[in-house]
Amino acid sequence: MISRKLRLTALALGAGFVFAACTNNGATTAPTTPAATGPAATAAGPSTPQVPTGNVSLSGAGATFPALLYQVWIEKFGEANSNVTIDYQAIGSGGGIKAITQQTVDFGASDAAMKDEEIAALPSGTKMLHVPTALGAVVVIFNLAGADGTKISKLNLDGPTIAGIFLGKITVWNDPAITALNADVAANIPATPIKVIHRSDGSGTTNAFTTYLAAVSDDWKNGPGVGKEVNWPTGDGAPGNDGVSGGVKTADGRIGYVELQYAVVSGLASAAVKNANGKFVQGSSAGVTAAADGALADFPADFRAKPIINGAGDDTYPIAAYTYLLVYQDQTDATKGQALVAFLYWALTAGQGEEKAIGYAPLPQEIQQKALEELHQITTGGSAIWPM
Amino acid sequence: MTAGTVAVQPSIAARLTGSRVGRRRTVVDRSMRTVAMLAAFLCAAPLAAVLFYVAANGIGALNLDLITKAPRALGIGGGAANAVVGTLQMVPLAAAIAVPLGVLGAVYIAEFAGRRSARIIRFCADVLVGVPSILIGIFVFTFLVLPFKQFNGFAGAVALAVIMTPVVMRTTEESLHLVPNALREASLALGVPVWRTVLSVVLRTGLPGILTGTMLGVARAMGETAPLLFTALGSRVVNVGDFGRPMDSLPLFIYVNARQPVDALNQQAWGAAFLLLLVVLIINVAVRARSWGRRIG
Amino acid sequence: MTTATTAAARFGRAASRVPDLVFRSTSGVLAWTTVAILGLLAILLLLNSGEVLGTFGISFLTGTTWDPIAGIYGALPFIVGTIASSFIAIVLATPIGLLTAIFLAELAPRRVAIPLTFTIELLAAIPSVVFGLWGVFVLGPFLSKTVEAWIVSTLGWIPIFAGPPFGVGLFTAGVILTLMILPTIVAISRDVITAVPDSQREAMLALGATRWEMITKAVLPYARSGIIGAVILGLGRALGETMAVTMVIGNRPQVPQSVFDSSQTIASQIATTFNEASIGLQTSALIGLGLVLLVITMTLNIVARLLVWRVAGPGEAHT
Repeated sequence: MISRKLRLTALALGAGFVFAACTNNGATTAPTTPAATGPAATAAGPSTPQVPTGNVSLSGAGATFPALLYQVWIEKFGEANSNVTIDYQAIGSGGGIKAITQQTVDFGASDAAMKDEEIAALPSGTKMLHVPTALGAVVVIFNLAGADGTKISKLNLDGPTIAGIFLGKITVWNDPAITALNADVAANIPATPIKVIHRSDGSGTTNAFTTYLAAVSDDWKNGPGVGKEVNWPTGDGAPGNDGVSGGVKTADGRIGYVELQYAVVSGLASAAVKNANGKFVQGSSAGVTAAADGALADFPADFRAKPIINGAGDDTYPIAAYTYLLVYQDQTDATKGQALVAFLYWALTAGQGEEKAIGYAPLPQEIQQKALEELHQITTGGSAIWPM
Repeated sequence: MTAGTVAVQPSIAARLTGSRVGRRRTVVDRSMRTVAMLAAFLCAAPLAAVLFYVAANGIGALNLDLITKAPRALGIGGGAANAVVGTLQMVPLAAAIAVPLGVLGAVYIAEFAGRRSARIIRFCADVLVGVPSILIGIFVFTFLVLPFKQFNGFAGAVALAVIMTPVVMRTTEESLHLVPNALREASLALGVPVWRTVLSVVLRTGLPGILTGTMLGVARAMGETAPLLFTALGSRVVNVGDFGRPMDSLPLFIYVNARQPVDALNQQAWGAAFLLLLVVLIINVAVRARSWGRRIG
Repeated sequence: MTTATTAAARFGRAASRVPDLVFRSTSGVLAWTTVAILGLLAILLLLNSGEVLGTFGISFLTGTTWDPIAGIYGALPFIVGTIASSFIAIVLATPIGLLTAIFLAELAPRRVAIPLTFTIELLAAIPSVVFGLWGVFVLGPFLSKTVEAWIVSTLGWIPIFAGPPFGVGLFTAGVILTLMILPTIVAISRDVITAVPDSQREAMLALGATRWEMITKAVLPYARSGIIGAVILGLGRALGETMAVTMVIGNRPQVPQSVFDSSQTIASQIATTFNEASIGLQTSALIGLGLVLLVITMTLNIVARLLVWRVAGPGEAHT
């Protein structure tokens, strides 16, 4: 039987090759280095973190944005390492930050990087690491039956119009602002009232979406502003990306914002949003990758990146965000720390291969390298769990 | 009676000949009785509607997979085993805490306590029954989750126990009152100590009532969601035996999966709701069937 | 019906031996635990809401803005939402419940009354979350297309009935609450009506009253305080309902302008935001909300029970 170590490394190698091939599409600043230079590609041996033996159970809580991805990851990692049980509760980025700050979980998850105040609220003497795991698109979903009775599946929207809807200024679907952008289907858009569904919990998805709204609308910037929670001028609250997509799905006339994969699994149509180059783009893994590659220069050293809004490029999707796993630099439980590092390593290597199939975008190679190097910083009892 | 007499004294004539006024009262009487009957059926209709929709939507989803498989991504090939297993652990543990607490508490009020103490305790129990369960959740969170920085199934069981105890206490007290004093006196006359009298004679006699209260309390605890939100939290992992970690429950499962955008998960919510409703209604029917015959009349 | 007597009176000197004392003390401690729990709960809520109450004072209750980011906490939207949804429930449930109780207690033949009473009592056993599930997928869409659409089209010019009937919001929550409190109102009203002495009925009938007149002029006035008690108990239950409400009310922390607006209740706000409350005073503010809810429900509960006891005696525990 092939040892787990070898299997993992083989997977990582394979992922590394596939990954290098993929990131060469349209990437301008990412160096076209062969996969062999990544740490994932060195020969099997002590350079990959080991999964501890014996039963380990990890608990995590946080963002719903990547929850669909993490569920797949947890299943696959669990199949490969059946002694490790991981329980991830998707309660929103706000809940994730609170949980890991209060140390009620082993790892947190958030798409909004921790703010300075939140870092200051950490227990004294501790340091939190932001480990980026994936990128996703925030798409505008809607549920609208056309005048002809069938569901409308394509709609163009631009920044000011979206802001107008979420500000409560545009209240019916056949408002001139919307029909002007959709000349070909305008006749089919009925006078249904618009109902906005937004997040009721602290959300990294909200953070990304409101960053976009503030960028495209001064009224939004000076009004509700940017954050994981804002004062929504209109609309109902629902918990989690799942709650918003479920809420939009329940009735006609509703609009909301969710991570791309939620739109896919719920079968809801999402709007084509006008990007910085004036093109109407649907949310997609490629569109997000283009945005990420364009923003590499702005990626901060402490990994706390802002959402990537209105990136340049014809195919770039205008609302993209990194999502993070939050772990303490110093792990108090050695076994759990070991399992955590092994899982993070898997996520950053083999896990990246899972992302495109379900609408997330893998990390740009440069960021993946940095993240893997970050793992070396995780210590327990004074010494690194995965030494360099 | 001539027409002239009627014109002179219309009220008497009216009552005797059943003209407009008398008829109006009859009409009012008949129609209001019909209205009352309609109201009663209007009351019963929602139960039928809820049962119908839950059964119609849930029956397809209630299968062995739902009960034995753990949740999986997008619901494909998954189930509600985490919820079933969680409920099957937390509710019995809650009952194990609430029944001794409630029964012995009722024993104290009914057998030992002075009038004022009994009134105070009874009053507090009644008030506790009316406290919104979400506040019980906050209460237990503060004492059993916060100090340990860990959501856990034990806290969930305790929260359910707090909800069950006053129910068990009050129904037990009532059934103890129904036990004839002669039984107590006979037992004491035979030299049986008080504690033994209470346990073997009084409680044994009042057992049906105690069981009723317990089962009703269990049915209520099974359906509670709010107090578990901050205590057991919920879990996608099938947690067997580890009360120190989060646990799921059928109501929590329904709450989470009702709002999912994935049809398969909504279906599982209906299936779990059907299962929960079946169990709760069966318990209620079985328990109340004995006592409603006595009450109506 | 025996009442509680002291151990001495019931058991005499037999109760003074050691095992009996141990038994008595143990059961006493356990009985007083209930009192302790209630007391601790009240103290806990008071202490932990001290922060937010100290910062805002009375404006905590009157403020209309709930903004954790800016640190402003005004509970009025939730107080209004809670009271409004429960008020709708009471307005709908009282006539229906009272008429039903009258039917079951006075008018129905036994073979109809028994299964019907049974059925209505079972309504009380349905878990809140199941009502919520049904409300989201069945009742909400139904109401938005039928009842709400009709009200909006006929009464929509009155501001309180205005607005698109989305099927989610105050009205739907009110209807679900109606269904949930009907069994309480029916059961207690039925009991107090049954407790009215027959002499009252017979006297009225002897005077030539119709059946209905006998009920409205003799039975109901006699049972009035008990019925009011039943309604108040129902109100108390409606105010504290969490799950069914949170699934259909729209979770909008603003004071609603119309019955078809989305809204938020105290219990629902606590349920949806407590677990991730972390900014500054947020946890204290949510506990403050809990304190408000506790005070309202406890007061109503106490008043109601006193009213019911006056007519029907300190009788069964209506759970």
